[in-house]
Amino acid sequence: MSAQAGTRLRRLEPAAISGVMSREAANFRTYWKGTTFSSILEPIVYLIAFGLGLSATLVDEVNGVPYVQFVGTGMVATAVIFSSALPAMFGTFVKHRFQNTYDAILAAPVDVEELVSAEMLWIGARASVYGCVPLLVTIGFGLNPAWGMLLVPIFALFTALGFAGFGITMAAIVAKIDQFNYVTALFVTPLFLVSGAFFPIDELPEGFQILAQLNPLHQLVELVRGGAFGYDPVDLLRFAGLVAFAFVMWRIAVNRMEARLID
Amino acid sequence: MAAIELRGAVKRFGPITAVDGLDLEVPEGICLGLLGPNGAGKSTTMRLLTGQAIADSGELRVLGHELPGDAKAARAEMGVVPQLDNLDVDVTVEDNLAVYARLYRVKDVGAAVDRALDLARLRGRRREAVDKLSGGMRRRLLLARGLMHNPKLILLDEPTVGLDPQIRTELWTLIDDLRTHGTTILMSTHYIEEAERLADEVAVMDKGRVIARATPAELIAAHAGTHTAEVYGPPERLTEVRAIAEGQGLPVRPAGPAIAIVGSERAGNGAVPEDAVIRAASLEDVFVLLTGAEAE
Repeated sequence: MSAQAGTRLRRLEPAAISGVMSREAANFRTYWKGTTFSSILEPIVYLIAFGLGLSATLVDEVNGVPYVQFVGTGMVATAVIFSSALPAMFGTFVKHRFQNTYDAILAAPVDVEELVSAEMLWIGARASVYGCVPLLVTIGFGLNPAWGMLLVPIFALFTALGFAGFGITMAAIVAKIDQFNYVTALFVTPLFLVSGAFFPIDELPEGFQILAQLNPLHQLVELVRGGAFGYDPVDLLRFAGLVAFAFVMWRIAVNRMEARLID
Repeated sequence: MAAIELRGAVKRFGPITAVDGLDLEVPEGICLGLLGPNGAGKSTTMRLLTGQAIADSGELRVLGHELPGDAKAARAEMGVVPQLDNLDVDVTVEDNLAVYARLYRVKDVGAAVDRALDLARLRGRRREAVDKLSGGMRRRLLLARGLMHNPKLILLDEPTVGLDPQIRTELWTLIDDLRTHGTTILMSTHYIEEAERLADEVAVMDKGRVIARATPAELIAAHAGTHTAEVYGPPERLTEVRAIAEGQGLPVRPAGPAIAIVGSERAGNGAVPEDAVIRAASLEDVFVLLTGAEAE
C-alpha cells in the first residue's frame, strides 16, 4: 500500500512545500559557509569603503544621520536584492535546464504552484536573515540598537519574496543563461542604485524621485531607516506596498513557471 | 481496473504530433515494455502520465485518477525513474532519499530511507555525497528513490540507457524483483533485449501510436515467423539476394553489415543462400520490420 493512501491532496499543501524546502536546506548545508562568509564580509568592506572613506572626505552626514549609518541601513536593501533576485534567477535556471531537478520534483505529488511557493519562501527566508547582517555590522560601526529594528527581518522577508518571484519569472522567460546580463543591467542595478541606499533620492530629478517611489527597494530602505531612527505613519503604506509586491510577483512567477514546466 | 488507460490521447508540439491518438491500457500487475525508436512518443507518453504534459485531446486515467485534473493524486501512488540522472550531486545519499520520502508524504522517513538504501545496496555509503558514487550506484539510487513510498505503479523511462552491460544486468534483476512482487510497471526502452527480458507484454510504438502489442513470443510469431537468415557479403551480392527474397514475398531488413531475411522458413528454392546464418526469429526482427528503425 502506498504510504500516503487516504491523504487528501489539496492546493498549497504544507507537506509539499516543506518537502521542497527541505531539498533546498540539504543543498544549503553543503555551501552555507561560503555564502555566510561573503554576506558578513561584504557589508564590512562596503562600510569601510563608502561609509568611512566618503564620510572622511566628502559627506559627513545625511539628514542628520552619520553617513556610515546612512549607508549601513541602506545596505540591507542591497543585501536583500542580491541574495534573492540573483539566486532565484540563476538557481531556477540551473535546476530546470541543467540539473533537471524540477522534473524529479514534479514527478512527485507536488505541483508548480507549490514548487514556486517553496522556492520563494526558502529564498525569502534566507535573504531576510542575510539582509539583516549589514544592520548588525553597522551597529558595530556605532549605530544605536532600537526596538524598531526587530521588524526589519519582516520587511526584508516580503521584499525578498517579491524579488525571488521576479528572479524565478526571469528564469522562466529567458532562453539562455547569458540573457541574465540584460536583466541585471536593465532592472537589478538601476533598482539598487536608485533605492536611496547610498544617497538620498530627494537629490534626484523629480522624474527619478517618482520612479523611486515605485521601487520596492526604496520602500525597504525607508522602512529600515524607520526601524533605526523612528517610524512614520506612511511606513504602514510602504509595508503594504511590499506585501502587494510579493503577492503579485508570486502569482506571475507561478504563471510563468507553469508555462515553462508543463508541456 | 487497469492501472493505466489512455484513449485517443493526442499531444502536439507546434507542427509536430508527438502522440497521435494513442490507445493504451496497462492491467495491474504486469510489466509492459513500451518499445520504439527515438521520437516515437515514448517519453511524451510518460510525461502525459505524470501530468508534466497535458494532452490536447483524449482521455487519460492512472490508478483510477483522471488526468490532468487529478494528476497530483495519481503521482502520489506512482513512482517515476527518469531517463536522466537528476540527483542532487553535492548532497548525501541519505539526504537525497529523505527529501523524496517527505515529498511522497511517507510517515516514517528514517525507515523508508533505510529500506531504500538496502534496495540500492548503498547502506555503507549513506553519508557520502552522490558525486562520489559510480554510474551504476547512481542508477540504483534513482530507482530506489522512485520506490520510497511503495508505489502501486512505476514508470521507468529508459532505465538503463547509457549503462554498461554489467550494470544493466544488475538493474534488470532489481526491476524483475519488482515485477515478481506484483508492482505494475510501464517501461519505455529502445533496447530490444531489455524489453524481451523484463516485459510480460511489449507495445511497439511508432509515430506516436501503438502499432503492435502482445507478448514477445506472440509478436515474433505474428510478424517474424520462426527463423531469420542472415546473409553476409559484398553489397552487390546482398542486393541480388534481397531482390530474390523480396520476389518471394519475404521481408528483408538491414542487419549491420548483413541483410536479414525474416521468416526464412517460408523461403522457396534459392531465396536463402547456403552460407546464410540461420537463427531463431527475434523481437529485434519485429521491431525493425514494424518501425523501419535500426535496433539497439
